Amino acid sequence: MTTSEQTAVKVERSNFGERFQKVRTYGMVIVLLLLVGFNIFRIYRVVSTNETIVENGNVTEAFVQALNSALNVNLTQVATIVIVAVGMTFVIATGGIDLSVGAIMAIAGQLAPLIFMGPIAERFGMAFANVLAIVVPIIIAGIFGLFNGLMVTKLKFQPIIATLIVFIGGRGIAQVLTNGYLQFFKNPDFQYIALGRPLGIPTQVYIMFIVVLVAWYVMRSTSFGQYVLAVGGNEKAARLAGVPVDKVKTAVYVISGALAGIAGLIVVAINSASDANLNGMLIELDAIAATAVGGTPLSGGQASILGTFLGALLIQMVKFTLLSIGVPYEFALVVNAGIILIAVYVQTKRTA
Amino acid sequence: MANSDLLLEMKDITKIFPGVVALDRANLEVKRGEVHALVGENGAGKSTMIKILTGAYIRDAGTVIFDNEEVNFETPLLAQAKGISTIYQEINLVPLRSVAENIMMEHEPTRYGLINRRKLNAEARRLLTQIGIEIDVTKPLMDYNIAIQQMTAIARAISFKSKMVVMDEPTSSLDDQEVETLFESIRRLRADDVSVIFITHRLDELFEICDRITIMRDGKIIETTDMGSISKLELVSKMLGKDLGEIQKGGATSFSAPASRQIGENLLEANNLESSPDLVDVSLNVHAGEIVGLAGLLGAGRTETARVIFGADPIQTGEMRLKGERVRFDSPRDAIDAGIGYCAEDRKADGIVPLLSVRDNLTLALLPMLTRSGIIKREQQKEIVEKFIAMLGIKTSSADQLIRELSGGNQQKVLLARWLCMNPELLILDEPTRGIDIGAKGEIQKIISNLADEGVGVLMLTSEIEELTEGSNRVVVMRDRRTVEEFDLEEISQDGIMTAMAHGEAAEQLQEVAQ
Amino acid sequence: MATIANNANQDTGTRKFQLSNLMRQQGALVFIIFIGVFVLASIIFGENFYSAYNIKTMLIYNSMLAFISLGMTFVIITGGIDLSVSSVAVLASMLAAWFSRFGLLPAIFVTIFFTTLVGFFNGIVIARWNIQPFIATLVTFMAARGLSLIMPKVFAIYMPVVLPGVPIELWANNVLDFSIIIDRTKNMQDILLDFGGIPIPIILMIAVYVIGEVALQFSRFGQRTLAIGGNEEASRLMGLPVRRVKVIVYSLSGALAGLSGVILAARSGVALPTEAVGWELQAIAAVVVGGTLLTGGRGSVISTLMGVLLLGLIFNILNFVNVGGFSLTVYWQSVIRGIFLFIVVLLQAPWSKRTG
Repeated sequence: MTTSEQTAVKVERSNFGERFQKVRTYGMVIVLLLLVGFNIFRIYRVVSTNETIVENGNVTEAFVQALNSALNVNLTQVATIVIVAVGMTFVIATGGIDLSVGAIMAIAGQLAPLIFMGPIAERFGMAFANVLAIVVPIIIAGIFGLFNGLMVTKLKFQPIIATLIVFIGGRGIAQVLTNGYLQFFKNPDFQYIALGRPLGIPTQVYIMFIVVLVAWYVMRSTSFGQYVLAVGGNEKAARLAGVPVDKVKTAVYVISGALAGIAGLIVVAINSASDANLNGMLIELDAIAATAVGGTPLSGGQASILGTFLGALLIQMVKFTLLSIGVPYEFALVVNAGIILIAVYVQTKRTA
Repeated sequence: MANSDLLLEMKDITKIFPGVVALDRANLEVKRGEVHALVGENGAGKSTMIKILTGAYIRDAGTVIFDNEEVNFETPLLAQAKGISTIYQEINLVPLRSVAENIMMEHEPTRYGLINRRKLNAEARRLLTQIGIEIDVTKPLMDYNIAIQQMTAIARAISFKSKMVVMDEPTSSLDDQEVETLFESIRRLRADDVSVIFITHRLDELFEICDRITIMRDGKIIETTDMGSISKLELVSKMLGKDLGEIQKGGATSFSAPASRQIGENLLEANNLESSPDLVDVSLNVHAGEIVGLAGLLGAGRTETARVIFGADPIQTGEMRLKGERVRFDSPRDAIDAGIGYCAEDRKADGIVPLLSVRDNLTLALLPMLTRSGIIKREQQKEIVEKFIAMLGIKTSSADQLIRELSGGNQQKVLLARWLCMNPELLILDEPTRGIDIGAKGEIQKIISNLADEGVGVLMLTSEIEELTEGSNRVVVMRDRRTVEEFDLEEISQDGIMTAMAHGEAAEQLQEVAQ
Repeated sequence: MATIANNANQDTGTRKFQLSNLMRQQGALVFIIFIGVFVLASIIFGENFYSAYNIKTMLIYNSMLAFISLGMTFVIITGGIDLSVSSVAVLASMLAAWFSRFGLLPAIFVTIFFTTLVGFFNGIVIARWNIQPFIATLVTFMAARGLSLIMPKVFAIYMPVVLPGVPIELWANNVLDFSIIIDRTKNMQDILLDFGGIPIPIILMIAVYVIGEVALQFSRFGQRTLAIGGNEEASRLMGLPVRRVKVIVYSLSGALAGLSGVILAARSGVALPTEAVGWELQAIAAVVVGGTLLTGGRGSVISTLMGVLLLGLIFNILNFVNVGGFSLTVYWQSVIRGIFLFIVVLLQAPWSKRTG
């Protein structure tokens, strides 16, 4: 096709694309509000028709309590997904994918108890051990991410294959650390990252918001964010413009790994136990779903951190709503699968 | 009334895309058993013509008569079924499969429903022998070089009993011996009454293998004639649309007079650059304040030269000096840091990041200097963007508009601004005014002029003769991956340039020989 | 006449078998390693190891993996991947268990029919909707797992009180409320019978693999899968029915997962939703170790079988290892598999489709 033909093809769809993104964001917020509203209404119904509560005359109190716990439960469950999904968004924005996040979560989750229940705690004191138990797993998680990045940039593996290798091997590594046994613990200082309630809100919610805000700021206002989008949008052009393509690609995998590490720590802190078999299982799907639903195309070049955040919330609310009306958990799995499929399908249609 | 001597008749073919007429009542006639060359520079319409023939595009008007039958190919498979095969530059075969499997894919000989391997290999061997090749057909295609891969594609074409084979730039990656092998195959095809449409930029080849030639320009057919009846120089002049002996009047472009520029130090010195298979021997210089026009037909190697200088592709042998010191660029970043900028030829593929805004595209290369600890200094960025939007007259609703919504000309301006805002000492421009309307063309030419006036060294790759004759201080001509001729300001002439493109030697020498 | 001898010998002899050199070498290499390891293990661990019982058990267990790996081979050859096979196998085992009341053959046919449909669905999503295989099959993976968790509950509710062939006490004492118990004495066990001294699953495995290898090398279908994996766009331009082939390949994968599930149900006598965890990864590892390119376009069915056997053997041996109280547990398997994959992908690099 001659250049004149190329340039003559007007892209009217781009305007549509802009409007679509706005519509999508507002749409998600509306659906979210609807779901939240529905649940609030239901909770009130359940509370106000409960004979015992009505007799005792503290409907309002019970209602507020129920609301509170529902809020907590949801925010808690969604926090880890959001954190991982933000990392996934960075990777997807460069046109890649990271299947290893669940395995990395498991590894990080295993390392923490090993540190603060091990000899270090005895020699240097709990406080030091706890700090180490947070810092070291995150660093190690980042190193796994670095390994992913190097496989993609230096060895030229396809991202799916590279991260599949860590997906398979990584979980094994996590399991091997304790031979598959769970590690139970009680360490309030360490578990503060998940069980703490500064101002009545769980710590991990703060962590989640910090991660989202920082990520949002980075994508928006730093050169790194620009580079990520450029690499995903047109790698050849980016390279010719002097963008350090390989470094950027490696960096996003490190970020994804480190964030998965944080999420892994939160999970074990909540459960007071580290289960290498289950920690992070299938979370990559949730993360991809949140990213796709949120409007970040799987082909890269665009990223919406806000969208990913809303997407994760939306998926969580759907799960919770279904559960609250009595749909069995297993069915929620099926529904979740369906949502992911539709979200990805809609995306392929859009970028076709 | 059908002319049975003609295998193909394309009459009054017209094809219009939004905003541009790609083909304007074009005619093409190909006889049976002839090798027919189809030539034209960028935008001439030859690839559109071929795509209509092979069913990739649908024509807007005109008729196509193939083998005495009016046809209407709507898909490439239909064209193939009727007997037209196409060999593309990128081999559309499966490298991991064997040669025989590739040739016979989808029509393998079978016995009791299972593939008969013996017959498969034998048939493949037979077809290859028909075009003069004997190789181990059981080895994977990727074990062989491009030449053999192309032979495989040709053999596949024959296996479908094609009556016509279209070859699109078949020789661009071949060395001399491989080209000869290819030609041998083509001769055999011709002997078997198979017609070949041969698209190439290598003038020497045309004269060696082709019987007749059709020259296209700007969507029209300029001439169809026997190869024997036209000289290389005439060919070039017709392709470019410039009459021989014409003295340019000047004023066709908006360049300022080259003579008025102050030439400074020697910024870039490239000596005997080689980068197989794209460059064989390239040498040139660029001084501060001068515009060096790099001329050559498509396929001469100009863009490859630019990329190698800019560090986008590696140099195998040869050296490069920047202000006298030897340099080696391993990546574009190195070149950029050394003060060089490169505005790529293909905006869409190598230039714009489509989903980013005008502002983000403009400042992409500048970012390292626009940030403080990684954070973009927005006011400074805004200033720069506004300055260049004004300076270059970029028409955009706002700096935030997506770059892909802009017209070609404005996109080009943004890309130009990307490099201008870097204050480069040396700027390489690859077809800076291609695919841009007249008004914007002039504006860009003026900008380039100003750059030179301000002391920037410019290496300008262009196919437009006027830009060479009116805008350049010196012209370097490339032909067949080599720099062949260099013209100083007084020596620059349209004829001279075209002759160099055609023959690789200066006109005076040729005239001497003729006398 | 120009004769080209381009680093190629002038071979005009016929070649009966068209395994590419590398493929043949790797498959053979794996087989040799397999024999070697087997002999070594027999010597070291003695009677326990090479008893007919151990071998039979090992082979039957690996036959389930083998079926899945066969389907995976074709999928990977086309450049795709099927992560749903383990869940589909589990779902199949449940279906088989439930339908076993009608007899062995009905159970088999219904199950395989259903799983083929699931595979077909995968194929449509991938080929028609253009969704990446790993996402599409991961979704099926989730959905099938979910379904297999629901099934016991649903069927527990709707099962009629008196079932032919099922002792009522068994049903009444249904302690495990997330499983379906089938009658051990009837029906399903038949499939584990010996036929001429060899258990049926093993015979089936060999038969299926032979058919698969012949199909891959000698049928147009097999050639098409290889072409599509090698260069999908070129295949399309050459007129191959790319979509159709992909749908068939995933349907096949589903069918084989179904067969695997049938064996699974028969073997354990119960259908548990917690079974078959990680089988898709084991299948991928076996396929790749056998020499098939993970990026598609080159592969061999028999080599996959070698890969299954070798990996199965290695992990079987790990059960015997007990050096100074340190036994290599199941968990090391994942690590080893990951390392295997890494090495093999690295070695495959010259032929694989890469990034950048």
